[in-house]
Amino acid sequence: MSAAAPESGTASRVTLTVNGAEHTLVLDNRTTVLDLLREHLGLTGAKKGCDHGQCGACTVLVDGRRANACLLPAVAQDGAELTTVEGLAPDGELHPVQQAFLDRDAFQCGYCTPGQLCSAVGVFAEAAAGHPSHVTDPGRTAAQGPVELSRAEIRERMSGNLCRCGAYPHIVAAIEDVTR
Amino acid sequence: MKPFHYVRADSVAGAVEAYAARPGARYLAGGTNLMDLMKLGVETPAALIDVSRLPLDTVQELPDGGLRAGATVRNSDLAAHPLVRDRFPVLSQALLAGASGQLRNVATTGGNLLQRTRCTYFQDTSAPCDKRRPGSGCAARAGVHRDHAVLGASERCIATHPSDMAVALAALDAEVELHGPEGGRTVPAAEFHRLPGEHPERDTVIRPGELITAVTVPGATAGRPSAYRKARDRASYAFALASVAAVIDLDADRTVRAVGLAFGGLAHRPWRARLAETALLGQRLTEEAVARAVDAELALAQPLAQNAFKVPLARNLAVHTLSGLAAARSPQRT
Amino acid sequence: MRPTATHATAAGAVRPQPVLGTGPQRLEGREKVTGTARYATEQPHNPPDCAYAWPVPATVAAGRITGVDTSAALALPGTLAVLTPDDAPRVAEGDDPILTVLQDHEVPHRGWFVALAVADSLENARAAAAAVRVSYQARPADVELRADHPDAFVPDSANGHPGRRERGDAPEAYAAAPVRVETAYTIPPLHNHPMEPHSSYARWDGDHLTVYDSSQGAHWVRSALAKLFALAPEQITVVSEHVGGGFGSKGTPRPHVVLAAMAARHTGRPVKLALPRRQMAEVVGYRSPTLHTLKLGADRDGTLLSVEHEMTAQTSRIKDFVEHGAVAARVMYAVPHSLTTHRAVRLDVPSPSWMRAPGEAPSMYALESAMDELATELGMDPIELRLRNEPVTEPDSGLPFSSRHLTECLREGARRFGWHHRDPRPGVRREGDLLTGTGVAAATYPVLCDASSASATARPDGGYTVRVDATDIGTGARTVLAQVAADALGVPLDAVRIEIGSTRLPYGPLAGGSAGTASWGWAVHDACTALTSRLAGHRGPLPDGGLTAESDTTEAAGAKPAFARHAFGAHFAEVQVDTVSGEVRVRRLLGVYAAGRILNSRTARSQFIGGMTMGLGMALTEHSTADPVLGGFAERDLASYHVPAHADVPDIDAHWVDETDTHLGPLGAKGIGEIGITGTPAAVGNAVHHALGVRLRDLPLTPDKVLAALG
Repeated sequence: MSAAAPESGTASRVTLTVNGAEHTLVLDNRTTVLDLLREHLGLTGAKKGCDHGQCGACTVLVDGRRANACLLPAVAQDGAELTTVEGLAPDGELHPVQQAFLDRDAFQCGYCTPGQLCSAVGVFAEAAAGHPSHVTDPGRTAAQGPVELSRAEIRERMSGNLCRCGAYPHIVAAIEDVTR
Repeated sequence: MKPFHYVRADSVAGAVEAYAARPGARYLAGGTNLMDLMKLGVETPAALIDVSRLPLDTVQELPDGGLRAGATVRNSDLAAHPLVRDRFPVLSQALLAGASGQLRNVATTGGNLLQRTRCTYFQDTSAPCDKRRPGSGCAARAGVHRDHAVLGASERCIATHPSDMAVALAALDAEVELHGPEGGRTVPAAEFHRLPGEHPERDTVIRPGELITAVTVPGATAGRPSAYRKARDRASYAFALASVAAVIDLDADRTVRAVGLAFGGLAHRPWRARLAETALLGQRLTEEAVARAVDAELALAQPLAQNAFKVPLARNLAVHTLSGLAAARSPQRT
Repeated sequence: MRPTATHATAAGAVRPQPVLGTGPQRLEGREKVTGTARYATEQPHNPPDCAYAWPVPATVAAGRITGVDTSAALALPGTLAVLTPDDAPRVAEGDDPILTVLQDHEVPHRGWFVALAVADSLENARAAAAAVRVSYQARPADVELRADHPDAFVPDSANGHPGRRERGDAPEAYAAAPVRVETAYTIPPLHNHPMEPHSSYARWDGDHLTVYDSSQGAHWVRSALAKLFALAPEQITVVSEHVGGGFGSKGTPRPHVVLAAMAARHTGRPVKLALPRRQMAEVVGYRSPTLHTLKLGADRDGTLLSVEHEMTAQTSRIKDFVEHGAVAARVMYAVPHSLTTHRAVRLDVPSPSWMRAPGEAPSMYALESAMDELATELGMDPIELRLRNEPVTEPDSGLPFSSRHLTECLREGARRFGWHHRDPRPGVRREGDLLTGTGVAAATYPVLCDASSASATARPDGGYTVRVDATDIGTGARTVLAQVAADALGVPLDAVRIEIGSTRLPYGPLAGGSAGTASWGWAVHDACTALTSRLAGHRGPLPDGGLTAESDTTEAAGAKPAFARHAFGAHFAEVQVDTVSGEVRVRRLLGVYAAGRILNSRTARSQFIGGMTMGLGMALTEHSTADPVLGGFAERDLASYHVPAHADVPDIDAHWVDETDTHLGPLGAKGIGEIGITGTPAAVGNAVHHALGVRLRDLPLTPDKVLAALG
């Protein structure tokens, strides 16, 4: 894009690793990670649904944790490792959750799908690390290890990813398939 | 969004200095609410002082059995921390009842406390709003105010504070550690947020340039039965219509030795229900006693046409939660 | 060049198993799960001089622009232009007043676009838009819909349906009926909110305009742009290859595409314009709020004697769009006396428009809730009540149904749901703090079919290419059309390449009215059938360009014999009501449909479930509020407009009964994209009544209303 202001008070040099490839750019400080991906790097997999952290379509993994890319100033992510939906199948072989989405018809228009997928990958890691959710038994202790992803757990943990087509039951089934 | 300068702080003192040196600066931690407000034009900082990499990202056990959570600990990490889950389940539950997994991974302890109201008129720069533009009036009173305050509101502002975490902290007698140009100080969490009064533009008692460095939860409330209950318009990923955080300490015969009760979604700040607490102290915790105590607190409510439902809702949540805690055997179960 | 022998299967030599009726995966599925499917503003050839446009919405509820000060915006770095009503390119008057933006100084409602900032980056465009200063002369605005509004009128037509229909004398029959139910329901404004905001990428090459648009019908967008910009249709190319949902809001062109084309012409650069989510509520349509009153008169055995349904909706000052929210009674039940009336009030509000199952969604909520009230009044099972009133012919028209099978849907649904074990008493099933209940409601949606054209080409490499300007907004259109082609050609699915979503392709109608598959599919079927014949008569190698056959269903689709054509269904819901918080959750949801031949079992099930999910939202979580202070809507984002989230949606079952209908064109298919929303809100509402023992009549059933009912 032509817009990057010369490196000045309101622009910064930023280095990020995206799907394994390092990028160094001079970016307007206002540029979010989402706009960096979509408008500067041509990675349009992460979607802009609301631009305010209210839909989850822009979900990517930042240093392995899921986050709304629309709310992250790129300049503050200098040095971070990002994984987008394009990076889930780096060698062309689909990630198991991508394959499960195909098998279960877990999407319709496809616009929320990249966010759902990245979010699911984040959920697997969070559950494996024993992180509780709103529906986890509060009596469960941290020492009890990984949380089993029941349907109720999947639904609660995925609730930051809206799907207007109503593919939820199939998304839950697909995620459940991967956990088995 | 206006162009802004970006400064990455490498120490608390450096952050405070950088802030002071740049009029119109804002601290940036997770940024989940700040970026939102900048996109809306509600916040127009000239500079962002990035404090997200300061060494404030750990949860430490305190000698008294309490904990100290650094200001940049992410909400998800705080909720999952063994100390929090084992000793202060209400805090973990409140955190997990808020926002989404993605947002909790980025939002910080300090930022959660400093998030702004979601009042639609506050978020819209073309609307009158005394909180955003003092002197412009309040559109919410005559407008859509179903989500607005029933307790402690003023003519100038009927906004609510949206945090779940802060409600739990208020009930837990937590404290907020601040560091500013004049040094450090500590403020009780229940008094950190203000009522709007004549100055709704001030959400909290924080002074210009002060930075939240940590939140401490005293050992006194550790291990007490506690729970957070939230009612909302959808099952997840929605702000509270009303919520309650409760922490109790009972004798063997269910006499109340200590109680912390706070409401969310009802006021400009987490509403510590001191009247109800006082009424319960030394009483046997029966449903009737709880109901009387909560009614005494909610008698202060001044609901408007669209939000009157919050009063019975809050009552139900409080009575049910406290009674449930009293009935539960394990102090960690709700 | 290969010999034609490879195309022998097309001539019928070795036919593979038919693929229609099976459930192949979506052809574009891999692109969608790897993030490589490109939506409107995501084209890979994003040129370096691409500009970004950001609209400026009006901030008064109604009035007139008295001045636009662009100086501050133009002074910002990167600003290329600010278009205002004073200097924006002039466009001709089109067919839709919402598209003639920046042409005059009137502000018909809050959110109406009053300027457009164009800059060299997204960040600069946003900042420039924020710096535009618009002054107004505001006028008092009336944004509140009331049934007793003095300006209410009965239109001749409500979206093509008669505004008022009367058979017999319903008021007199009602007065004499042994059992009577008089009731009223309200449905708030509802917003489509597809996940992809309305977006365009526009580029001028001389006098040729190319637009990548997030739309439900590229040809429709092209004809609108041609009128506005006084161009021949051939001077415009519109591409809508992947579309992130629409639900009606992208069925007609929206102002963003006009603004993008204006900005591209004005700046001489390609322009991207993606509407900010917060601006959408007021410019891309919504379902009007509707106020319903119903009177049902019945005999003691449940036989309906009269039905009256009056609906009041709102429309804007610039355009009459009257939701046809009283039509269901014209279709559903045998009744000798019927009076159905649509009323509308013109207000200072955004123009309402199409939202999933317009007409049927609100009218079926009202009618099917009232039927449940009647069943309660009669002490009769609500399924029995419906079976008792099953008509022989369509009540309103007297036409025979091409097929119906509502009875079968109700019975099959009852069996699958376990309805017969149900205790009909309301308000008695308590599990701790929870009250549970079950409810049933019928569903219906008309079978529509529009003229389409298509082409089919046998390629020299042995494969086939089928072309039609169909749009896949998530329905699976690509896949099902390839199935239609494969079966018509008698070849395996993977021998067919399908091209859709562009005005470069043969004309296809828009993806709307649940008519897409039937309309495009008919043309694809005809083109492939014609190609098969051509191939059968062809000797020798294929020419380089292959052999092509074309089709046009204008005559065939318009010449169908007189039948009432509708899909039907039955919805069953189980809910739990938390008596502490007033929160309602759906535990189970089941839909059983009679929707003709199901062409792709996989994608059909997804559409049914999707419709039911939106119906769940309509019942429990979704509402917009007319803002009495600012005008427009108070809910302008996805934090305040509550689309159901994962946690709101339980396992949902969708099934269908076998239905063969020979009056629907060659595919025998009925539309399936909308019927799922039409009965679900009533089924959920009826279940809430069964749980609570109190009838709630104002959607959505949020905790405030439930708590009030619990007392």
